[in-house]
Amino acid sequence: MSDRAWPDNPPCPPSSVAVCMTNCPTLIVTVGLPARGKTYISKKLTRYLNWIGVPTREFNVGQYRRECVKIYKSFEFFRPDNEEGLEIRRQCASAALNDVRQYLAEGGGQVAVFDATNTTRERRETIIEFAEQNGLKVFFVESVCEDPDVIQENIVQVKLGSPDYTNCNTEEAVEDFMKRIKCYENSYQTLDEVLDRELSYIKIMDVGQRYLVNRVLDHIQSRIVYYLMNIHITPRSIYLCRHGESELNVKGRIGGDSGLTARGKEFAKKLAHFIRAQGISRLKVWTSQMKRTIQTAEALSVPYEQWKVLNEIDAGVCEEMMYEEIQDHYPLEFALRDQDKYRYRYPKGESYEDLVQRLEPVIMELERQENVLVICHQAVMRCLLAYFLDKTAEELPYLKCPLHTVLKLTPVAYGCKVESIGLNVDAVNTHREKPEVRTTTR
Amino acid sequence: MSANTRTQTATAMSHSQSHLTQTRLEKTWVPWVPNRLSKRRGSSVPQFTNSPTMIVMVGLPARGKTYISKKLTRYLNWIGVTTKVFNVGQYRRDATRAYNSFEFFKPDNAEAMKIRKACAIAALKDVWEYFTSEQGQVVVFDATNTTPQRRELILSFAKENSYKVFFVESICDDPEIIAENIKQVKLSSPDYIDCDKDEAVADFLKRIECYKLTYVALDDNKDRNLSYIKIFNVGSRYLVNHVQDHIQSRIVYYLMNIHVTPRSIYLCRHGESELNLVGRIGGDSGLSARGAKFASALQTYVRKQSISELKVWTSHMKRTIQTAEALGVAYEQWKALNEIDAGVCEEMSYEEIQENYPEEFALRDQDKYRYRYPKGESYEDLVQRLEPVIMELERQENVLVICHQAVMRCLLAYFLDKSAVELPYLKCPLHTVLKLTPVAYGCKVESVFLNIEAVNTHRDKPENVDVDREPEEALETVPAHI
Repeated sequence: MSDRAWPDNPPCPPSSVAVCMTNCPTLIVTVGLPARGKTYISKKLTRYLNWIGVPTREFNVGQYRRECVKIYKSFEFFRPDNEEGLEIRRQCASAALNDVRQYLAEGGGQVAVFDATNTTRERRETIIEFAEQNGLKVFFVESVCEDPDVIQENIVQVKLGSPDYTNCNTEEAVEDFMKRIKCYENSYQTLDEVLDRELSYIKIMDVGQRYLVNRVLDHIQSRIVYYLMNIHITPRSIYLCRHGESELNVKGRIGGDSGLTARGKEFAKKLAHFIRAQGISRLKVWTSQMKRTIQTAEALSVPYEQWKVLNEIDAGVCEEMMYEEIQDHYPLEFALRDQDKYRYRYPKGESYEDLVQRLEPVIMELERQENVLVICHQAVMRCLLAYFLDKTAEELPYLKCPLHTVLKLTPVAYGCKVESIGLNVDAVNTHREKPEVRTTTR
Repeated sequence: MSANTRTQTATAMSHSQSHLTQTRLEKTWVPWVPNRLSKRRGSSVPQFTNSPTMIVMVGLPARGKTYISKKLTRYLNWIGVTTKVFNVGQYRRDATRAYNSFEFFKPDNAEAMKIRKACAIAALKDVWEYFTSEQGQVVVFDATNTTPQRRELILSFAKENSYKVFFVESICDDPEIIAENIKQVKLSSPDYIDCDKDEAVADFLKRIECYKLTYVALDDNKDRNLSYIKIFNVGSRYLVNHVQDHIQSRIVYYLMNIHVTPRSIYLCRHGESELNLVGRIGGDSGLSARGAKFASALQTYVRKQSISELKVWTSHMKRTIQTAEALGVAYEQWKALNEIDAGVCEEMSYEEIQENYPEEFALRDQDKYRYRYPKGESYEDLVQRLEPVIMELERQENVLVICHQAVMRCLLAYFLDKSAVELPYLKCPLHTVLKLTPVAYGCKVESVFLNIEAVNTHRDKPENVDVDREPEEALETVPAHI
């Protein structure tokens, strides 16, 4: 058994994430005027849910509109008296809902995020009916913001680069977009405390200054609310790196709790210089509870926090073995691991899937924090990186996280900019690619 | 300082930068520093907050403030945040012996107002004492705090002392909920000891009316710079404003997951296992013959309880799953419910641990909560890993958790508010189901032994916990086995 779960457990899916999150699929519906962060929230939430193992997809109605109306002319398309525009927009919403239905019913999806303005009660009613017909739970996420600075920044970050404005200069684009927002304002019916009291929703006000949460129905909605209440958009950077090269690294052995080699210590010193040169305000430093990350942090001469959950993946019976020894002693296990590296659990050890579950509080706290340097381990760093760069379970265990290299992640627009900085200290390569032949009889 | 000593010091410093030593008890790596008093840079406990925090309750009487205060305090202490409740009503009861009637609470009762204010101030003084001398991290200030003036008083006090403040306001206008509240906790209050039920209820309702006259809820505009959560109608709606830090975020998450729907939580261990029989710890063995009998008996017991919509949870270990299988119902496996990892001591008997690791064995007896097995876990680690289980138990209704000895001790300690010192010695015998039912401010426990014999796996703390004790002294409390 590659995931080492006892076989006779019918109700849970074979790739056994311990908790069954929800019994019926959930439709998350965004609500809000343009430039209120709906797509930002949709994409981020989708990324988070997929990372924790809940198959999620976002459906952006604006995208459907762009495919339907090849060339965007101007804000006039969105005028409330533009019958033709209204009809097209209605059809796009329908098409998107149709795809939602297919994804949740046949596509293996558990959560769909329906990303559109949905600013009228009428439109929301349509969606609620659709959900009822298809046995879906509905959870609304409304973003309300009147701060002109925030809206301006939004427009600059994500609207100017939109396909709608490829042939416009900045001023034209901004002016048109402002007029587009105006088109929605008159008919905007915000979620109402009284009229909508039976609905399940979270209203996010002023980019997270305040939240109104109504009728959270189940576990997944509770997790979504917790996540949304912890994210922020304050500019910051997250630095990820591994400990300096360790004694066991040079011996080609996995796991264990060894100290740094001379080169590893050299890296730690260079890391201290690098950090100081970056001039980061109020940097938090986190390590695992293993000697090699702590030795690395000690060289920085700043306070740091040790997290046990940042410890390297537990290789169980294979701890401190070389890959050659694993092949010798446990050829079957070794092959199974290559067949499904994400779900494979070492005997008496862990899987990448287990790692993700144990790292979730780290991700949540990273979202709350601002500038953080995380000094961790290969498998752990792969999991964290996969979260920030939206990598699948298939890609995750093969992400390249070499020793003595710092990855600087900076949120930008809807994603994350990555800068890879090698600190110029040699180290062994610990990356093992997926081999061609993965059968158990190789 | 001579040139020699300067060089020596420099070497010591650079040496210490990469020279680490592992603490004997918790197995955490710390820099080896010759000067024991110098401050360590690395903290190995989670940094929930850097300033002391006051959680200030707000709300009319019978809105669940004390319920929330006690529950929140229990949760925070369990996850390792030292927290204490200060209930101003208690101070009032100590100040004025005999409670006469609701008239005490009339806003025009000047003398009573003086006493009430003095009580609040006395409580605040004790809060200061708690933060200063007892190193508390969080205080829950449980009182109505229904006027802006009273809240200002508290805010000034906090500002003077650099405490963070987080308000928790409970708003409820459902007369049924309020009536139920009064029934559950007010009728038995010391205030109403010599009253009959109807008198007590009538008086209490008049007491509430006194507060209503001056009640000003937290205002979304005027109080927009304050940090708070408003809970409406026992959780159907929440308003959260300006969460400042990690601990406040965790508090909000917890408050949004608890409910008051009546339900029961059943805790038990797996049936007796093969390794249990031979006195070995850990491992992943199957049930013994008696263990299998217990699983059957458990099925009978569960069916007789006729629990509506019972959820069943197990760990990922064979013995809990085999036990659940006998129930013939759907169950969920949680890796987080796995037994404590005994590291190098896995599958050893206590006698073998004494023989191979006598020092470890003694250290464990010295501080069983914080002691971490080499390459294994401590009870403290277990609590951290079980936190999502507790959170989900709070969300759920009727649940049966089939787990392990150390795990069950941690869960039980949460529900019964046991300290870190008591937790590792809680009695959780095999083949015994604990039925926990929330009632009033706490938890009723019913212990049901299902009448199938099993070995005793409980080892009490021995007299002598010194590392240089004799083997017999170490093993004197080891329970009998094959």
